[in-house]
Amino acid sequence: MAEELLEVKDLRTVFYSDGEAIPAVDGVSFGLKKGETLGIVGESGSGKSVTSLSIMRLIPSPPGKVVGGSILFKGQDLLEKTDSDMRKIRGNNISMIFQEPMTSLNPVYTIGKQISETLMLHQNLSKKEATDRAVEMLKLVKIPLPDKRIKQYPHQLSGGMRQRVMIAMALSCRPELLIADEPTTALDVTIQAQILEIIKELKEKTGTAVILITHDLGVVAEIADNVLVMYCGRAVEYSSVRNIFFNPRHPYTSGLLNSIPRVEGPKKKLQAIKGVVPSPNQITKGCRFKTRCDYVHKRCMDEEPPLLEVGQSLVRCWRYCGGGECDG
Amino acid sequence: MGVQALLKYIIKKIVTMIPVLVCITVIVFLILHLAPGDPVDLIVGPNVTPEVYENIRNKLGLDQPLTVQYFKFMSNLLRGDLGTSILQQRPVSEIIIERFPVTLELGLSALVISFAIALPAGIIAAVNRNSWPDYACMSGALVGMSMPTFWFGILLMYFFAYKMRLFPISGYGTLRHLVLPAFAMGLTDAAVTARMVRSSMLEVIRQDYIRTARSKGLAEKVVINQHALKNALIPIVTLLGLRMGWLLGGSVILENVFSRPGLGRLIVDSILARDYPVVQGAMIVLTASIMAGNILADILYAVVDPRIKYN
Ligand SMILES: Nc1ncnc2c1ncn2[C@@H]1O[C@H](COP(=O)(O)OP(=O)(O)OP(=O)(O)O)[C@@H](O)[C@H]1O
Ligand SMILES: [Mg+2]
Repeated sequence: MAEELLEVKDLRTVFYSDGEAIPAVDGVSFGLKKGETLGIVGESGSGKSVTSLSIMRLIPSPPGKVVGGSILFKGQDLLEKTDSDMRKIRGNNISMIFQEPMTSLNPVYTIGKQISETLMLHQNLSKKEATDRAVEMLKLVKIPLPDKRIKQYPHQLSGGMRQRVMIAMALSCRPELLIADEPTTALDVTIQAQILEIIKELKEKTGTAVILITHDLGVVAEIADNVLVMYCGRAVEYSSVRNIFFNPRHPYTSGLLNSIPRVEGPKKKLQAIKGVVPSPNQITKGCRFKTRCDYVHKRCMDEEPPLLEVGQSLVRCWRYCGGGECDG
Repeated sequence: MGVQALLKYIIKKIVTMIPVLVCITVIVFLILHLAPGDPVDLIVGPNVTPEVYENIRNKLGLDQPLTVQYFKFMSNLLRGDLGTSILQQRPVSEIIIERFPVTLELGLSALVISFAIALPAGIIAAVNRNSWPDYACMSGALVGMSMPTFWFGILLMYFFAYKMRLFPISGYGTLRHLVLPAFAMGLTDAAVTARMVRSSMLEVIRQDYIRTARSKGLAEKVVINQHALKNALIPIVTLLGLRMGWLLGGSVILENVFSRPGLGRLIVDSILARDYPVVQGAMIVLTASIMAGNILADILYAVVDPRIKYN
């Protein structure tokens, strides 16, 4: 069995507002082996970005803070690293691609400078070597005319091109872990497919482990090995991609599955999950999904279910208490 | 950006300056000639025969209609001739060449002092937002902003020249003469600039690309002093052109406080003496240099912001 690369245990990240700590990620655990891909899905506000920024130790502070848990990367807790040790890991062992390709590149530096900067910092390359490597990276992400592009500024590139540059930059030091936070959300559908294809291809080529964050379960089906479904800062289901698709347990997971259009199979009516995600300060006792769940019953109102082991899945739902249905 | 594009841009800017300069000459000319007071009176004194008076008026060309005087003045100007001083009886250009460096020296050293203080202060304030370094810098800036430059100049003069005798009280010539007026002007300007740097930095620091820079593992020093600062300077450089005008024009008062024989002092003295040609010449040179400052700022702007194209 492959070595465990990342182990997040009981991660808790809060944001302080008016002296009150509002949890954005509340006791999330998951793991990732070398070369593996984990999909994290969930609606807006479920804490996906906060989880990834916590791993990078880039939670803006104030107002945010990681208040509990551990993040073991190759056996060492990132939360205990000094700032300078953490800087040696960022961009080198763990890289991140962000949700907003249009604004994530610095407008006053050329593409070349922004890629080679990372290489010069972590790999001790000379300027010339770093630039050559940057051109190579641009080729790898299939940017046409890389020699020309490298001298251009971000405003001269489209959103899709910029996201490719971000990928090139993130992978330039051959990180062991790439965190891609909704890398395609802001892009056109056709461009989305191209970007995902590139990530998939490079993942196979370099053996980088990937955490792919997305709203879109269809994307996850294509790349992920395991899937973590998040809701309101909690993990509600965590399992292999097969189980998630063929045997979804949590009503929220089923809801997400029913809301993606399918090309194959019998035509079914698309269903959006009713209601909206409660904001963190609206969370009361009981199951966090209770306001939107079709199977809600009395116990859900008062007590929050723990993560229950159901088959090979972990599910946070009272329906599976004791491995089967509960009567509450 | 190519050097050729840059040159074309500069030439274009200079061409657009010409109508403005012409307007300035008309305004200055009219104000001076329509204002009450008569230079001939000041030259010859009250006890003079009407013949002599008319004779001098005629010699100076002051008896001709205003339009004729103006066109004569302009045609001389186009030949690079700013006229002759009524009071000193020597070419205006000669006088200005003597005085202009005095003003430029003060304006530029004030600018250097201003940025040397405002950049670090503004950055420190922004990075430590809402904690004591921020409060310290911004209270200092508030004090500096609410104090008129001439008053600050007088205070510096009182303490450092009169009481402690570290610097000469007034005058011009050595570096020690420059220190007090340059700081009076530089510090008040730094107050405004530091506030601009702070707000511009705060805006930039929360941008996505700053998070990207951190995610690459760059040191905080590099993130702030390179990635953030270069963006934060864009609006500040844009305002630099306007500040040039302030720094050159604003020296009029300080030159009087510190008795520096600069362009500002020259203008005040010449207005009092109704020495029209000198006032006109000095105003034109001042205007032109403020415009040159604006062009310089535009060029800097295009240098720091790659999104700007010369057109
Ligand atoms: N800088 C911040 N200050 C205060 N609250 C924050 C901050 N960043 C995130 N949060 C809160 O944390 C919660 C989780 O946000 P997060 O950005 O992780 O959601 P997400 O799952 O990534 O959503 P999306 O799909 O929209 O990207 C949200 O409720 C949000 O209000
Ligand atoms: Mg997000």
